[in-house]
Amino acid sequence: MLGLEKKDIRILLIVAVLTLFAPFILNPFPAGSGWAQFNAGYPDLMQRFVIFGIFAIGFNILFGLTGYLSFGHAAFLGIGSYSAVWMFKLLSMNVLPAIALAVITSGLFALLIGYISLRRSGIYFSILTLAFAQMTYALAYSVLTPITGGETGLQLALDDPRVLDGASTGSNIPVPGIFGLEMRSNSQLEMGDWVFNLSTGYYFSGIIMLLAFYLSIRIFRSPFGMMLRAIKSNQQRLNYTGLNARPYTLAAFMISGMYAGLAGGLMAAMDPLAGAERMFWTASGEVVLMTILGGAGTLIGPVLGAGLIKYMENILSKINSDILHTWFAFLPDGLEDFVVSMVYPFIGKGWHLTLGLMFMAVVIFLPGGLVEAGQRISRIFKRKKTDETSKKSTTTEPAE
Amino acid sequence: MGILEVKDVNKRFGGLQALGNVNLSVEENSCHAIIGPNGAGKSTLLNCLVGKLIPDTGSVMFDGQSVLGRKPYEINQMGISRVFQTPEIFGDLSVLENMMIPIFARRDGAFRMHAVESTSTEKAILEQAEHMLDSLNMADKRHMHSASMSRGDKRRLEIGMCLAQNPRLLLLDEPTAGMARADTNNTIDLLKQIKDERDITIAIIEHDMHVVFSLAERITVLAQGTPLVEDTPEKIKGHPKVREAYLGESA
Repeated sequence: MLGLEKKDIRILLIVAVLTLFAPFILNPFPAGSGWAQFNAGYPDLMQRFVIFGIFAIGFNILFGLTGYLSFGHAAFLGIGSYSAVWMFKLLSMNVLPAIALAVITSGLFALLIGYISLRRSGIYFSILTLAFAQMTYALAYSVLTPITGGETGLQLALDDPRVLDGASTGSNIPVPGIFGLEMRSNSQLEMGDWVFNLSTGYYFSGIIMLLAFYLSIRIFRSPFGMMLRAIKSNQQRLNYTGLNARPYTLAAFMISGMYAGLAGGLMAAMDPLAGAERMFWTASGEVVLMTILGGAGTLIGPVLGAGLIKYMENILSKINSDILHTWFAFLPDGLEDFVVSMVYPFIGKGWHLTLGLMFMAVVIFLPGGLVEAGQRISRIFKRKKTDETSKKSTTTEPAE
Repeated sequence: MGILEVKDVNKRFGGLQALGNVNLSVEENSCHAIIGPNGAGKSTLLNCLVGKLIPDTGSVMFDGQSVLGRKPYEINQMGISRVFQTPEIFGDLSVLENMMIPIFARRDGAFRMHAVESTSTEKAILEQAEHMLDSLNMADKRHMHSASMSRGDKRRLEIGMCLAQNPRLLLLDEPTAGMARADTNNTIDLLKQIKDERDITIAIIEHDMHVVFSLAERITVLAQGTPLVEDTPEKIKGHPKVREAYLGESA
C-alpha cells in the first residue's frame, strides 16, 4: 500500500492517528482543574509541534542519513518565512502560493550554501553552515532591511498590493487562509469539563506534516536513501565503488533545506510575520537537539524530539514558584520552602537546565534517542512474555 | 600491449623519491603481483593507479585511456575495482545492502536521483546481489550487520562487492594482511576460483610469499621505488638480486 512495507505503514498510521486526535490527546485534564496547565492542546502550541516536526524530519534526512551535521538550518526556516510573507503581501492571502514560494526559495539557497559547504566534511562542514546562517541572520537584520523589515520584522500592511485578492477594502489587515477558510479559525468542542480546540491552522499543518513524513519514509527506503546511509558509513568505499558522493549529499542538503523552508512558510501562514531571530544560531541548534533527542536516523524520532522540546519550552517554562508552593503546600513550612527551592531551578526559566540534563542523559545512556528507549522497553516486555510462556511449559511438565 | 600500462612514473613526497621511473605492464587476464620490502613504494604505486595520488611525471593507461587526473569514482566506472588493506565495507549496512550498492553503481552510474522508488522493488538488483552472496557462501549472513562479521568474512564481502561490478581489473592491496592462516587460505582459494571462472585481470600487492606464489603468473619486485626485476614466480624465487633486496641474504 502506498508503496510502503507493512511496518512503515504502521508507523505512518500511528503518526496519522496521533496527529488527527492530538487536540484530544494533548488535553487530558479538565479545563478548570489545577492540572490544566499541563494541557498542550491549544492551537498555537499544536501548530508548533507539527511545524517543528517538519523541520526536524527534514533535518534528519541530512543528518540522520548522511551524518553531515548542519549547524545552519534555521537560515532556511527564516528564508521560508520571509518568502511566504512576501507572497502574502504581493500576491494573495492564500497560503498555497506562499508555501510553494517558501519551498522554492529555501531550496535555491540550500543549493548555493550546500554547494559551497559540502566541499568539506565533519566539523568544517558544520562551521561553514553555521557561518552562512549567521551571515544571513546578520544581513536580514541590517543591510537587507528593505526586504526583511530589519529589527521589526516583515509584517503585512493595509496598502500591500495583493494582486490576486484585490486591494483590501476594510480597515483590517486580511488573514492567511486557504480558499476562504481562515488559518486562525478555531472551534471549541466542550465535553463536560473538557474543552478541545479544533483549529484549521493545526489541521492544515498536520496534513502537510503527514505528507512530509510520508515522503521521508519513501526517501529512507529508496536506493537514494541507501546511498546516503552508505555515505555516512564509509565514504572511501563509496568513492571506490564508482559513486560520486557530492551530488548525493547536495541533493540531501537541498531536500532538508526545502523541508526547513516548508516549516518556515507554515509558520508565516499561521502567524503572518517573519523576523530575523528565527535564523539565529540557537534555532539551528534546537533542531539538532530535537533530532538527537528523538533518535537521529530513525523515522519517527525527530517528530518525538520536536514534540518533547516544544512541550517543555511551553509548559515547563510556565510553572513559577507560586505554583510550586501550592503543589507542596501539604509539607511543613520549612520543608516546603526547601523542596520548592530545590525544584525551582529546573522549571520556569530554568527549563533549559532540565532539557540540558535530559539531553546529556539521552546521549550517554541512549545514543539512539527516545526511539531506542521505546525499543528497549518493548524488548523487556517481549522477554517477560517469552519467560512466562516458557515457565508455563516447564510447570505443565509432569514431575517424575 | 597490456591492459594496464605504467610508463616512467615518478612520485616525490618532499625529499623522498617514493617512485622513480616505474614501468609496468599488466597483461589482460593475468594475475600480476607486485612485491617488495616495506617502503618500496607499492602502496604509492597502487594509489597512483586509482586516482588517490597523481604522479609527478609519467603516464598510467588503462585499456588505452589515461587514468591520470580522474577521480576515484570515475576510474572505478572505467572498470577498475579496488580491495583495501583493511576491509572497507559499509559497516552500518546489512550484508545484502553492501552487495546491492556496487550493482546499483554499475547500472545507474555515479549518481542517480532515485529518491522515491523503493529498494525492495528493485528485483533485478536484489537477485544479482543474492546470487553473488550465494557464490561467496554468505547467503545465510545476508541480513547481518556487516560490521559485526569476522575480518575474513569482511574481506570476502569486499572482494565480492568488487566482483559484483564485473571489473576488468581487480586491484588487491595486501588482501591477507593481519589474517589468520585459515582466513588467508580461504582468501587464496576465493581468488583462485575468481581467476579460473572469470575473464579478469588481477594485480596484487602482497607481503605474504605464500599468497604471491600460489596466485601470481608474473611478479614485479619493487625496491626503493624502482622495479628491480620482473619475471615468472619460478625465476623470481631463485633470482639473486631479489634474494638480496627482499628475501634477505640468508633466505
